[in-house]
Amino acid sequence: MTLDPQNLLAILGMAIATYATRVAGLALAGRLQLSARAQAAFDAIPPAVLVAVIAPSALATGWAETAAAALAALAATRLPLLGVVAVGVAAVVGFRLFL
Amino acid sequence: MSTIWDDVRRGFGDIWPPMLAAVPIGLLFGALAAGKGLSPLEVMVMGIFVFAGGAQFAAVELWATPAPIGALVFSTLLINARHVLMGASITPKLRGFSRWQKFLGLYYMADENWALAEKRARTHRLTPAYWFGMLTPFVMCWVTTSTLGAVVGAALGDPRRFGADFAFTALFIALVAAFWKGRVTFWTIAASGAASALTYRLIGPPWHVLAGALFGLLAAWVAAGDGAGLQRKPEKPQAAPPEPANVARKTPEPARP
Repeated sequence: MTLDPQNLLAILGMAIATYATRVAGLALAGRLQLSARAQAAFDAIPPAVLVAVIAPSALATGWAETAAAALAALAATRLPLLGVVAVGVAAVVGFRLFL
Repeated sequence: MSTIWDDVRRGFGDIWPPMLAAVPIGLLFGALAAGKGLSPLEVMVMGIFVFAGGAQFAAVELWATPAPIGALVFSTLLINARHVLMGASITPKLRGFSRWQKFLGLYYMADENWALAEKRARTHRLTPAYWFGMLTPFVMCWVTTSTLGAVVGAALGDPRRFGADFAFTALFIALVAAFWKGRVTFWTIAASGAASALTYRLIGPPWHVLAGALFGLLAAWVAAGDGAGLQRKPEKPQAAPPEPANVARKTPEPARP
């Protein structure tokens, strides 16, 4: 159970950077006057970011991961959240055995 | 009083599937961090103060001894840049929140609980009870499992054996489905996925998040414009398919300042 000063400093720096991004929206919110088009782009933020985070794992790791991601996407059209996770995890284990 | 507890329960009812999905991710994170020489206490402190899964994974990837503080902070800032827009989008929906509830609540705004809050706000008023009913167990779960992962990480063995490393990807795919709005979403996903995967291959992390997000937004902007052109409405330009969530401020073709 150690707490290295340099590590602690790094963690606090990460914490400050993270919190800054989380509260910045408070100042921004009132000032955004969005056109319909900009609103569509704004609404696209969540899917754009979510996909950007997982794309390396889904598309640039291997065929097993890409196939499992495709299966999870298919599952997402009918199953709830946890069902999709279960399908994805089971699929990746299976595909890794055979691909 | 009962409505407060109803909302707390509702918050918990919505967050538990992502929370359960985050259990193997937390364990995996702790195990990876321990592998880079971080102590369980350091992992716990990071969970409590940073609480950002994607940024924490990227940080552990970059971690060395001594810790490269500049690189770690920059990578964190880049990966979490999306929070600025997420915060701007959720803030107008936090009307019932006091000042400190906003500042504390936003401290723990993450992809999952933000996404659920946005989903909830489309049909209901967002209450502090719901928000903190989601946040509290989620944060506690992440801190506990990641610390536990650091303690027992070595004993678990390779998390890839159970496909646990893929839980994060599958979870995000399921969350994307919740935001599906047709054609515009399709182009957003296609552009973001391609740009992110290419950037990851050609340049490397953490730039893929920024590239994917930007290209996704650009694609949505272009695709939405197309729709407006095709509809050929003479007076009121309703570009995107009518969305009840956005009608609050109806500005027909606003004159740009």
